[in-house]
Amino acid sequence: MSAVTLGHDEAATPHALEKEHLGPAPKRIVTGYGFWIFILSDMVMFSCFFAAFAVLSGQTAGGPHGAELFNLKNVAIETGCLLLSSFVCGMASIAAEERNAFWFQISMAVTCALGLAFLFIEFREFADLVARGAGPSRSAFLSAFFTLVGCHGLHVSAGILWLLTMMAQVFAKGFRADIQRRFLCFALFWHALDIIWVAVFSVVYLLGSAA
Amino acid sequence: MSDAHLHDQTEVAPGDENTSIRLRVIGYLVGLGLAILLTAVSFFVAGTDLVWQPSIPVAIIVLAIAQMGVHLVFFLHITTGADNTNNVLALAFGLLIVILVIGGSLWIMANLNHNMMPMDQIMQMQR
Amino acid sequence: MLGKLTWAAIPFDQPIPLLAGAVVLVAILAVLVWVVVKGHLPYLWSEWITSVDHKRIGVMYTLLACVMLLRGFSDAIMMRMQQAVAFHSNGFLPPEHYNQIFSAHGTIMIFFVAMPFVIGLMNLVVPLQLGVRDVAFPTLNSVGFWLTATGALLVNVSLVVGEFARTGWLPYPPLSELTYSPGVGVDYYLWSLEISGVGTLVAGINLVTTVLKIRTKGMTYLRMPMFCWTTLAANLLIIAAFPILTATLAMLILDRYLGFHFFTNEAGGNMMMFMNLIWAWGHPEVYILVLPAFGIFSEVVATFSGKPLFGYRSMVLATMAICIISFMVWLHHFFTMGAGADINAIFGIASMIIAVPTGVKIYNWLFTMYGGRIRFATPMLWSIGFMVTFILGGLTGVLVAVPPADFLLHNSLFLVAHFHNVIIGGVLFGAFAGYTYWFPKAFGFRLHEGLGKAAFWFWLVGFYVAFMPLYAVGFLGMTRRMQHYDVPEWRPWLLLAGFGAVLILIGIGFQIAQLVVSIRQREELRDHTGDPWDGRSLEWATASPPPVFNFAIPPDVRGEDAYWSQKALARQKATVGEPHYEAIEMPRNSPTGFICAFFATVVGFALIWHIWWMVIVGLIGAYATFVVFAWRDHDEYEIPADEVARIDRLNIAERRDMVSAAGSLS
Repeated sequence: MSAVTLGHDEAATPHALEKEHLGPAPKRIVTGYGFWIFILSDMVMFSCFFAAFAVLSGQTAGGPHGAELFNLKNVAIETGCLLLSSFVCGMASIAAEERNAFWFQISMAVTCALGLAFLFIEFREFADLVARGAGPSRSAFLSAFFTLVGCHGLHVSAGILWLLTMMAQVFAKGFRADIQRRFLCFALFWHALDIIWVAVFSVVYLLGSAA
Repeated sequence: MSDAHLHDQTEVAPGDENTSIRLRVIGYLVGLGLAILLTAVSFFVAGTDLVWQPSIPVAIIVLAIAQMGVHLVFFLHITTGADNTNNVLALAFGLLIVILVIGGSLWIMANLNHNMMPMDQIMQMQR
Repeated sequence: MLGKLTWAAIPFDQPIPLLAGAVVLVAILAVLVWVVVKGHLPYLWSEWITSVDHKRIGVMYTLLACVMLLRGFSDAIMMRMQQAVAFHSNGFLPPEHYNQIFSAHGTIMIFFVAMPFVIGLMNLVVPLQLGVRDVAFPTLNSVGFWLTATGALLVNVSLVVGEFARTGWLPYPPLSELTYSPGVGVDYYLWSLEISGVGTLVAGINLVTTVLKIRTKGMTYLRMPMFCWTTLAANLLIIAAFPILTATLAMLILDRYLGFHFFTNEAGGNMMMFMNLIWAWGHPEVYILVLPAFGIFSEVVATFSGKPLFGYRSMVLATMAICIISFMVWLHHFFTMGAGADINAIFGIASMIIAVPTGVKIYNWLFTMYGGRIRFATPMLWSIGFMVTFILGGLTGVLVAVPPADFLLHNSLFLVAHFHNVIIGGVLFGAFAGYTYWFPKAFGFRLHEGLGKAAFWFWLVGFYVAFMPLYAVGFLGMTRRMQHYDVPEWRPWLLLAGFGAVLILIGIGFQIAQLVVSIRQREELRDHTGDPWDGRSLEWATASPPPVFNFAIPPDVRGEDAYWSQKALARQKATVGEPHYEAIEMPRNSPTGFICAFFATVVGFALIWHIWWMVIVGLIGAYATFVVFAWRDHDEYEIPADEVARIDRLNIAERRDMVSAAGSLS
């Protein structure tokens, strides 16, 4: 298609920072990049909760410390669940690109199961803490703990809802281009959640127990 | 606005990679393996007496950063290739902000807490 | 059944809010009735409310801002009147009411005037300047706008149902905690901002992705108009800063709703952490507001000086420097909170350093004007007014950046004068310049020039008369937010400030008149060619208003000021043959944004009044809306090639006349 050429000083135009710009990027790149930026903004939000946790970690108001409350065995299982689910989600990504509905649905189902296992253990931990009188209103430390870990858990829950929706979409409409783009975003989201969990279990649980 | 065909893949979407199935699966497996290893070491270091105690927090943080790196490279396919420049720059910007927020907050709050009377003492003075 | 909501929520015993609420309700009903009776509702629904067109959304954002400016300014006038009369007297506004007024004033002006104004202008203009058809995520754009509108709606509902926060525009704990603010006021504030914060974040993601990934052929980064660079910087700041606001307000919400102890007085809470985090957002926020204004001035000054912008690369560097440094100065908002001298010194120095890139920009604008053929149209007047006013405000800013000085001036009226100086002189003047400059592009006719100039002069003089006295009275020791006082030295200054507010009111009156008269006289003021100001960038290459697809043929850009050289070329040679038109696909309109915001309003209101079942219903509704949107099979529609050709030929014909007639344009 013909284009209208515009701009002055072609000879004097300074050497551009990049090579010839061909026009707007393809939709997959645009969507992926936009969601990538959203994930980065989500990381900034988590960093506030991390900062609050770090500042308040000593404020137990005479109540229990992390070392008395954390069960590292459970944390290890949770970590394993999420890590494995990230791997299986990667398999789902490959299946989606190869447009293999069977392996896609299986991988997603396994990812879902692992995610639910994670949530189940975490919910049980929270309920147990509350029952022991170590709920979020007990002290600032516990408020920060429940908020940080709970916010991550909420993100995982939302992720599972999204996961199920993606499974339904692929089942109903196949691997259409826009559904592929949405799945790209889902995969980014799921992997990012595991990255945040690395920070959570290291800073909150491991450092909290060692201190 | 539709998927343009005129692009010669000078850039790639975050999370995408352009290799064969076999290589992709291997990539994920390697990532999984490394992450399991690093996680195990992390848990071990936290609970053991075999390591010089004051180094434990640093070790755990370094291992955490390593794990995040494994995720970024093997699961999110963020590389240093020319087609990934925009993605890396965005990540760098995000990291800068995270460091400023956490580091800045810790520094400021420590300074304030050092200089100010603890809250419960202030409240006691009110009574 | 209805949580805490009872009939007692309506302020039957307070005449002022009751009357104001009644008047507004009647006005809204009148407009609604007129729209429905005249049969405009289907048009409004399909062309505006469900529109995903960046131009329409930009206009709606700007309209929201202008309407909320009236509400925010009413608060301002009430405050000035109160302070003018409340000498050895309680004035006419009791403290509980006065506190709500200054809180609402700040909240509305920042979040629902300044933010929507700049976001609206960026939305309208940036895709046109980049030579593309729309932003990266059009439907998301609509969602973002309507969520912002939800926030504005909730704040205004608080006027008649319940109360607003009394804690100032940033609700410092422990005053904002449940113990000391047990009413719904702070909750209105919190949920309104959490919801509109999502909208703002969405706009930020959209505009960054657009600038980085959606530019026309040949438009490398260093060929973008300056406004696009400042849009990039401001929206990077939005993405980086707004999550901090979301997190911090969330922590306060958890304290209030679930008894957490982030910022409470007991159980280890640390209220200073609120200040730290909220200002880590708050400082980038003001740069989010002012950077687009700087971009507007770059465009306006270059156009009305008839010269390319001086020092383009240094402007880009300065903009990105401001973007980064703005994240390193936030402690200067709480120098007096107890940090040690070393931390105060470091942040104080950083705060002074950030003035340097701004200074670079001012010099570049001045050098752009130097040697140019300046036309003193209204947008240029706003720009010159900005330069003088903003320099003053910036200087007082550097003054309060010195910690020992700030110990005396913190939270005095000197500070109030400083930030109004930079926000009004910088952001608002920029918004008005942009509004006047791009109005013809959006609507196809210019604004009445004489009324525009009158509005400018009343605003300019009114601003100085209203705020210079506040510097004086700040030096004389007056604290901000005083409901009454008994220091006689302050009185004359406050009376003068009150008079200044009246002058500004007249300026606003002229702006309203300008709009009414311009609409009436739109045929005389018609912009036929799409280029009423002899512009330099690509938005002026389209018709006014542009067709839905913006450009029939995507432009191919070879240098800066892309449109300027196209005009020069067109004058030199005869017109080329007609280009080859192709069909264009555009995104479909969608009610997703509006319906999502409807549910968001329901959820927000229900959370404020503790109506838990309604919260759940609203959340399910919002999720369902997304699923319905995700399930649609057709997200684009096609405009056939001959339709594109027909539309384009009309504009080309108008421009041919302009080019042949205007031999005198240089």
